[in-house]
Amino acid sequence: MYAQMVKTDSARVRSLDEMDPVERAFQERIDAGQKIEPKEWMPEGYRKTLVRQISQHAHSEIVGQLPEGNWITRAPTLERKAILLAKVQDEAGHGLYLYCAAETLGVSRDEMYEQLHSGKAKYSSIFNYPTLTWADIGAIGWLVDGAAIMNQVPLQRCSYGPYSRAMVRICKEESFHQRQGYDVLMKMVKGTPAQKAMVQDALNRWWWPSLMMFGPSDDASVHSAQSMAWKIKQNSNDELRQKFVDQTVPQAEYLGLTVPDPDLKWNAEKGGYDFGEPDWQEFFNVIAGNGPCNAERLNARKKAWDDGAWFRDGLVAHAEKAASRRQAARIAAE
Amino acid sequence: MATATLDPAVDQAALFEFLLRLGDNALILGHRVSEWCGHSPALEEDIALSNTALDLIGQTQLWLGLAGEVEGKGRSADTLAYLRDGFEFRNILLVERPNGDFGKTLMRQFLFDAWHFLMLKALKGSTDRRIAEIAEKASKEVAYHLDRSRDLVIRLGDGTAESHRRMQEALDDLWAFTGEMFMGDAVDAALAEAGVAPTPHSLKAGWDEIIEETLAEATLKTPADAYMHKGGRRGVHTEHLGFILAELQFLQRAYPGATW
Repeated sequence: MYAQMVKTDSARVRSLDEMDPVERAFQERIDAGQKIEPKEWMPEGYRKTLVRQISQHAHSEIVGQLPEGNWITRAPTLERKAILLAKVQDEAGHGLYLYCAAETLGVSRDEMYEQLHSGKAKYSSIFNYPTLTWADIGAIGWLVDGAAIMNQVPLQRCSYGPYSRAMVRICKEESFHQRQGYDVLMKMVKGTPAQKAMVQDALNRWWWPSLMMFGPSDDASVHSAQSMAWKIKQNSNDELRQKFVDQTVPQAEYLGLTVPDPDLKWNAEKGGYDFGEPDWQEFFNVIAGNGPCNAERLNARKKAWDDGAWFRDGLVAHAEKAASRRQAARIAAE
Repeated sequence: MATATLDPAVDQAALFEFLLRLGDNALILGHRVSEWCGHSPALEEDIALSNTALDLIGQTQLWLGLAGEVEGKGRSADTLAYLRDGFEFRNILLVERPNGDFGKTLMRQFLFDAWHFLMLKALKGSTDRRIAEIAEKASKEVAYHLDRSRDLVIRLGDGTAESHRRMQEALDDLWAFTGEMFMGDAVDAALAEAGVAPTPHSLKAGWDEIIEETLAEATLKTPADAYMHKGGRRGVHTEHLGFILAELQFLQRAYPGATW
């Protein structure tokens, strides 16, 4: 999931009886499955939580361009190059929809960038891992986009209209991304032993970070309970992780790969896999800025922004000049 | 089939050479432009520039695909892109210039787009139907590339003092690489004779017009004509191409015969 551990500012989830009439009416609309739209009244906590979640999601999309962008110039065929470029471009597009969705809540894109660059806003832990071989491009499509879809499909039913609608479009593209990732790997496992080894190596490195994308268990989290009451979040982290493992393990088997988890075992009773616990110490380290690529990723974003300041200023200055010229021409004509 | 449209009057070796020039320009510029993906100064620019790169890679597939067909030795667009060394590449030097800042990338794009637009417009009337068809498709894409790069050159030239300075520097720096677009050789003469392609020189007046009009509006000064670099069209490149190919061809070279 591209938004991890989003805080809500709530100390506990309040019941309808504890709410004032305006908030109660709001909650009842959510309970009835109605969408909340930008100009409508909403609790401040709801607005803030959405801004955190949507901006974190948007940042994940644009930081997520970097690990895959790393292989665009080295893609092995013209077709693979075009597909990868289109995919990374889609991610920029997702970032754009999401920033726009967040802007409807009264925060500007520049403010959100500022929060990203200062480290105040987070992005998904997964993008702090390096793409070391071409198989990583396949693994990201298959596992990372696969995990993202798990989370994003329910978000299409999110109570906030603009976010929900952005998700509908994003999900269509993400499922294409996942298929292309799997296709990259299918081709490779049918290839030479060296190619197959490259794929297994990619799975070994991406498996656990992909499971961490769902975040630690949140059954006891008040933030998750509040987000669920607001229908910003629909499933617990563990539910989604289980679903992801159950879907992905047979796909790994089909590719002839070994999932790097000695505890992975089919549990007929629950109708799903039992699996090992991700290394949450590693997860918290990555979140805290100590992942293998945190510094590179953030510096790349900051550099793009800082180096582009003159470009953006130039366009603004031209627009102002053009406007004043138009005005002068109008006055002269009168 | 290639053989069905093979015109014995057209020198096939010259035709192959010409198609490599078109395909290699698209491939190398597409590569350069794609280096920006994820690093552009604004999200909208990132998306727009990726589109340009995508169009150019698509055109590469068409031109090099046709080149392989004309050559008749079983080489595909991928084989030509990934398994030739630098001296076999036929792109002009302009497209292999490093990206520099975003202004330089845009200026390079504009100088190339203006030529590319005119070249494709002429190729739509080629006596070789296959070339005319590719040109028909590509010219729609390139008309948009030119609209966009021209517009940005104007805005940035006539923007702030800094954006003006950067665009002027980019123009001054790249100018010496524009002459090669209009230099003809025996290949061009043979194809012009057969009505397959225009002579490079015939595009110069139209290009000058687009450039002068745009630069005037951008408040930029056209550099005085001076020495023009050349060599790419006959396989003599700058040192930059070797590094582009080292990156571009890495997987195909490191894992010979593997399919991806």
